[in-house]
Amino acid sequence: MTGLTGCLLVSSLLFSIGLAGALTRRNAILVLAGIELMLNAANINFIAFWHFGPHSGAATGILFGLFSIAVAAAEAAVGLALILAVYRHTKSTDVSQQL
Amino acid sequence: MNAWFVVLAGITIVGAAAAMMLRSLVHCALALALAFTGIGTLYLYLGAQFLGLAQLLVYVGAIAVLIVFVILLTRGTDDGPPIKVPTALSGILVAVALFGVLAWAILHSHVPSLAVSEGTTVSVRDLGTQLMTDYILPLEIVGVMLTAALIGAVIVAMKEKQNTQ
Repeated sequence: MTGLTGCLLVSSLLFSIGLAGALTRRNAILVLAGIELMLNAANINFIAFWHFGPHSGAATGILFGLFSIAVAAAEAAVGLALILAVYRHTKSTDVSQQL
Repeated sequence: MNAWFVVLAGITIVGAAAAMMLRSLVHCALALALAFTGIGTLYLYLGAQFLGLAQLLVYVGAIAVLIVFVILLTRGTDDGPPIKVPTALSGILVAVALFGVLAWAILHSHVPSLAVSEGTTVSVRDLGTQLMTDYILPLEIVGVMLTAALIGAVIVAMKEKQNTQ
């Protein structure tokens, strides 16, 4: 088992944990946390392929990961603002209850 | 595949699993911060110093704290009654099936034994130079997007004015 395989396995396990959390938890904040975990798992793949690739002198993988982190940060800010707005209307962050 | 990698991956996986399984929301947020820290140190282990520190700053420093703030603002420090067992079971089943498919694909795919160039690392100076030359358009777009997201988040979360007629 090479290092690349280990990294890919860790990231797919992380993605599955995030997916399980996003599908089973009732609280909207934790659903968002699960989505963040999935984004991070994808980011680990970028860095793993960059590190174990033939051209690790080029900065492409790091730059892609950097942009990905910026997009994820914007997504988290907007998502949490939406949760706050929904909470103000329904007094609840439960995603399984009907509005 | 050495001991450090196993330790860091274990911390990350345990933190992520705890963040998705614990009952108290604040405990979940702290476990999430642990998972993000593990991912950041994994980046450092893989030789991406700048990205590892950016991960620590953005995720542990900003997003985890933001999640704690939202948990406290919504007073939802405890998850509601547990979800129905069939629903939870189907969600977990989907995730386990996905991991099975991914692991099978990873273990059975032919990865050419790439010549890993050890020791080469990208300095922050290189990153800055590339961001300011080759990647100037994506950088500007990300800047505009972050500004728009910030303004949008403030507007969405702003208290609505009562319609007094």
